[in-house]
Amino acid sequence: MRFLSEFRDPSLANAWVRRIEAHLSGLQAPLPIMEFCGGHTHAIFRYGLHQILPSAIEWVHGPGCPVCVLPRAAIDLACTLAQDPAVILASFGDAVRVPGSSGSLLSAKAQGGDVRIVYSPLDALEIARRHPEREVVFLAIGFETTQPATALTILQAEREGIANFSVLCRHVITEAAIRAVLADPDVRLAGVIAPGHVATVLGANAFAFIPKEYRIPTVVSGFEPLDLLQALCLLLGQLAAGRCALDNQYRRSVRPQGNLAAQKAIAQVFEPIGSAEWRGLGRLPASGVRIKERYGRFDAERRFGVTAQTVEEEPLPCSQVLCGKLKPKACPYFGTRCHPEQPLGALMVSSEGACAAWYRYQGE
Amino acid sequence: MTEANITLAHGSGGMAMHRLIRELFLEVFADAELSRLEDQARLPGMAGRLALTTDAFVVDPIFFPGGDIGRLAVCGTVNDLAVGGSNPLYLSCAFVLEEGLPLADLYRIVRSMKQAADEAGVRIVAGDTKVVPKGAADKVFITTCGVGEIPNGLELESTRIRPGDKILLSGPIGDHGAAVLAARGELGMDCPVASDCRPLNHLVAHLLTACPHGVRALRDPTRGGVAAVINEWAWACGGCLRVFEMHVPVREEVRGLCELLGIDPWHLACEGQFLAVVAPEVAESALAALRAHPDGREAALVGEVSALPARTAVLHTVLGGERLLDLPEGEPLPRIC
Repeated sequence: MRFLSEFRDPSLANAWVRRIEAHLSGLQAPLPIMEFCGGHTHAIFRYGLHQILPSAIEWVHGPGCPVCVLPRAAIDLACTLAQDPAVILASFGDAVRVPGSSGSLLSAKAQGGDVRIVYSPLDALEIARRHPEREVVFLAIGFETTQPATALTILQAEREGIANFSVLCRHVITEAAIRAVLADPDVRLAGVIAPGHVATVLGANAFAFIPKEYRIPTVVSGFEPLDLLQALCLLLGQLAAGRCALDNQYRRSVRPQGNLAAQKAIAQVFEPIGSAEWRGLGRLPASGVRIKERYGRFDAERRFGVTAQTVEEEPLPCSQVLCGKLKPKACPYFGTRCHPEQPLGALMVSSEGACAAWYRYQGE
Repeated sequence: MTEANITLAHGSGGMAMHRLIRELFLEVFADAELSRLEDQARLPGMAGRLALTTDAFVVDPIFFPGGDIGRLAVCGTVNDLAVGGSNPLYLSCAFVLEEGLPLADLYRIVRSMKQAADEAGVRIVAGDTKVVPKGAADKVFITTCGVGEIPNGLELESTRIRPGDKILLSGPIGDHGAAVLAARGELGMDCPVASDCRPLNHLVAHLLTACPHGVRALRDPTRGGVAAVINEWAWACGGCLRVFEMHVPVREEVRGLCELLGIDPWHLACEGQFLAVVAPEVAESALAALRAHPDGREAALVGEVSALPARTAVLHTVLGGERLLDLPEGEPLPRIC
């Protein structure tokens, strides 16, 4: 398939692996490299990249899976809303399996809640158009990658005067999570692979703080196997040359300043909040957004004033896995009490989480 | 039949039901045994062993590119018989109809069943019809039963798979799953792919004639796709089944849909393909036989069996890495068949 199989070409991949090996000869192993984004984690496991690379490369799987870090309280709130017979709760497919205190949206659906899976917030808006007698609530999750679509949908709803559409906003901010991980004194990384989709929206420059403030070489990467191999090669090139800078491997999608129209939509509709809850990481400062007062009628929390009872999570070693201090398989819960069918911890929730990817593709 | 839609009267046992049976089912299926209208079909005994299978069909939508619920019901049942090495002979079908179903739709489905049955060379010899109030079912559900004859001496079983065996695939995977998914119209995109829904008994018979010895097991990868069959076989035989991604045929359209939706073609249902495990010494002749048949032109050798790691399904990726060939989580595509 054009523009796809080219990026998975085995002979080109081999050539990149050889270049990586050549760079490694002058470097001290092991080299812990963090890929922040769950999309990268998934690609590494799905294509078996870690197996064709020299063992000196040690992947540390970061917290960049938006489904995984969705806190229990958000699911509890969504489930409470879904139980209201007036409400149609629309969600991305991978969020419906995320466990809350007493079940997921999938179990809320089984109990009679009207939960619909959508591929875009615009699909949720279309449901609202077709069901003017019902209240349609879209569970909005994700980093800056999905924020523009939610923002534009709210603006569209306002333009059309659609009165029965609202958003349960649980969008989060990438930089806050990266800072939380890098601030941990136990985390020692040789390099960071920065998320290509977030960078498409915010611009590659949004990740310049990593080499500048934390002194870690950083490369923005795409999601195909060859993207990741080239990004790794660029990282090792920096290390070999003694450089510490930001490189952009994903130039076919990422511009230095990003997508200005998307940034404008985000700024128009959302505003930062003091702190937000992350599954596995706890409460992080300046890590979430909410819908601005001006668009308050599209904010499901303001509109319904709902609350839900959330049971505290038991303490789990997820944050140690997130920081690379613990391998998924070394966690005492891995594959025993915590598995993809019944995830206890954040990283087992979605296939982009490190533990779920490990379980799924490497086995118990 | 003058009405436009199914009503509760069509399931009442009265005049309307008798008209529906005579003017629609008997007319279209045109089978002497069915037309006797006794409470049971009476069939001759057979020399080989009897194979019996049953299946329920609830696919949504009921019409999709490449097929419909009727064709699917016949092919699905025929194929379940065929992959056991049996020669499919007779089918029964029970319809649960939702009040309000357009009669034209029912005609279309029943005609399609007849056509598929003729393609497979099976007879529809028994049937039943129930009508439920609107909302108690979704348009139409079909339950079938199939009977076939297994020739004496033929043993196809997953427990007979052993290290060294080769894995063959009759053609490209995922067409049915992709076609149904696209036909639901929820994706807002056109995907020019048709379901592969077709009877496999002729292709299976052709393979078994060409290679009377050395075919260990056959299975059609429906729900759960190729991944489910490979895993089930690995558990059953206790060995490792390794599939080479590079050799598995997947149509461009299906691959594109999978990429967009973030799903794996390994998990998509097929309704007109089968996987075969064969002894290494017959692998080449079996593949040649499949490719020589018009239904098996795109057949490929896709994998092999080893002893270790035990009970494991492995995918050898295009890049040369290896990973588990995972089972789909939860229910990615409800009502696919």
